[in-house]
Amino acid sequence: MDSTQSFKFFNRGPSPVARFIFFALISLLLLFIDARYKHLESIRYVLALPIQPLQRLASGMATQPGAWWDQFSGYVDSQGNLINENTQLRQQHTVDSNKLLELQVLQTENTQLRKLFDLAQHEDFPMLMAEIVYVERDIFKRKVFVDKGSQKNVVAGQVVMDETGVVGQVTRVYPWLSEITLITDKDHAVPVQVLRTGLRAVVFGSGDISNLALRYMPISSDVQVGDVLVTSGIDGTYPPGLPVAKVTQIERDPAYPFAHIVCTPLAGVDQQRQLMIISGLHKIPELPSESAPVANIKIKKPKRSKQ
Amino acid sequence: MNEQYSNDQEFLLPATTTFIVLSMFAGLMLNWLPWQGLWLALRPDFAGLVLLYWCTHKPHRVGIGIAWLVGILADVADSSLFGQHALSYSLLAFGGILLHRRIQMFDVRDQPLQIFPLLLLSYAVFAAIHWLMRGSISWEYFLGSLSSALIWVPLSILLQTMRRSRSNPNEL
Repeated sequence: MDSTQSFKFFNRGPSPVARFIFFALISLLLLFIDARYKHLESIRYVLALPIQPLQRLASGMATQPGAWWDQFSGYVDSQGNLINENTQLRQQHTVDSNKLLELQVLQTENTQLRKLFDLAQHEDFPMLMAEIVYVERDIFKRKVFVDKGSQKNVVAGQVVMDETGVVGQVTRVYPWLSEITLITDKDHAVPVQVLRTGLRAVVFGSGDISNLALRYMPISSDVQVGDVLVTSGIDGTYPPGLPVAKVTQIERDPAYPFAHIVCTPLAGVDQQRQLMIISGLHKIPELPSESAPVANIKIKKPKRSKQ
Repeated sequence: MNEQYSNDQEFLLPATTTFIVLSMFAGLMLNWLPWQGLWLALRPDFAGLVLLYWCTHKPHRVGIGIAWLVGILADVADSSLFGQHALSYSLLAFGGILLHRRIQMFDVRDQPLQIFPLLLLSYAVFAAIHWLMRGSISWEYFLGSLSSALIWVPLSILLQTMRRSRSNPNEL
């Protein structure tokens, strides 16, 4: 190597083996702390501050040519297409406004009925539009990053939707970004209800982008292909009544205690760019202490409480 | 082979710290491009390759400590566990430093075969940690080590070219 390096021969510090062992031990220690405790989150935020603008720059550089092309093709789009689209949109608008009227009537009726039954009112959830900035580059995980963070009062645990259903949950919040774990992330659980029968269950992500699994359902359970699953709201994280998935395949094999039920997410989990963060969490009463076991089982373990 | 090695000695500029830092930075930026789906699985680990290049060519300038730092940056960016990339990059740098004389003996076209086991090992460490923590593993992840080994040749030729002096080499 360089001639200057031979002069340094005797003061080169510890050998590579010693250095490697040192850094490997530090890494293992960090791994342990990060996996077990939450002490390192603040360090992560600090380090993320300079890194995240760079990441956005990198993903911006890659998507910018595409955006320019879209603009360009938008300019040269023929007028006929635009007129057609306009007509379609007008028709859609008429249909929609009719439906909206219906909805308003139903809402009023519903409020009155709820008042009659003295039920807690479902509130409208304040929504926050956010745009996906980049997707996770770790092949093992199903996560995306959106461009709204703690500066816009996003809190970890909030639910993320698109216009057709639940997409995921905010799991980590940075000042200008937040990390969203998709419902298809492996073993990510969402408490749901079958819309047709009201049966409670928990739907799990499979790690595959287009599949969810309804686990721990007995073979005799009343689930059919085409059933829509909505959030049950039992966990206090997801507001009730949001569409989550549709049952696509059921295998009832008597050799196993549980049926094998595969669902497809209703939301375009991997297709959207605009997402909505639902910022008003549904308030439920505090979890009773351990001395009240009956209520405890019902709230904490919805997956076992099916009839 | 030896001849080429000594040729390199004569014609290469001393690697400045700025150049090393910039190349590392470029590697990280390439890793942070929005890769998706199959491309994500096939994505070569650019940051790891640049690290390995410096560890094999300048083992006294770039060592395990720097590899560890780059790994921490990658951990924060990928929101993986702290130390996951750091450990795999440290292992990669350690292997590179141990084998740097051996790797430099080979022509650049034969080097991918030499570095592939190192890359595979560091990928395996990363996957093993993931498997320990999350209990699942996806095998297509290891395709990345293969594509990294393939892209080693153009990458190291590129870095080597950028280290060559543009003005009169006799002034050196």
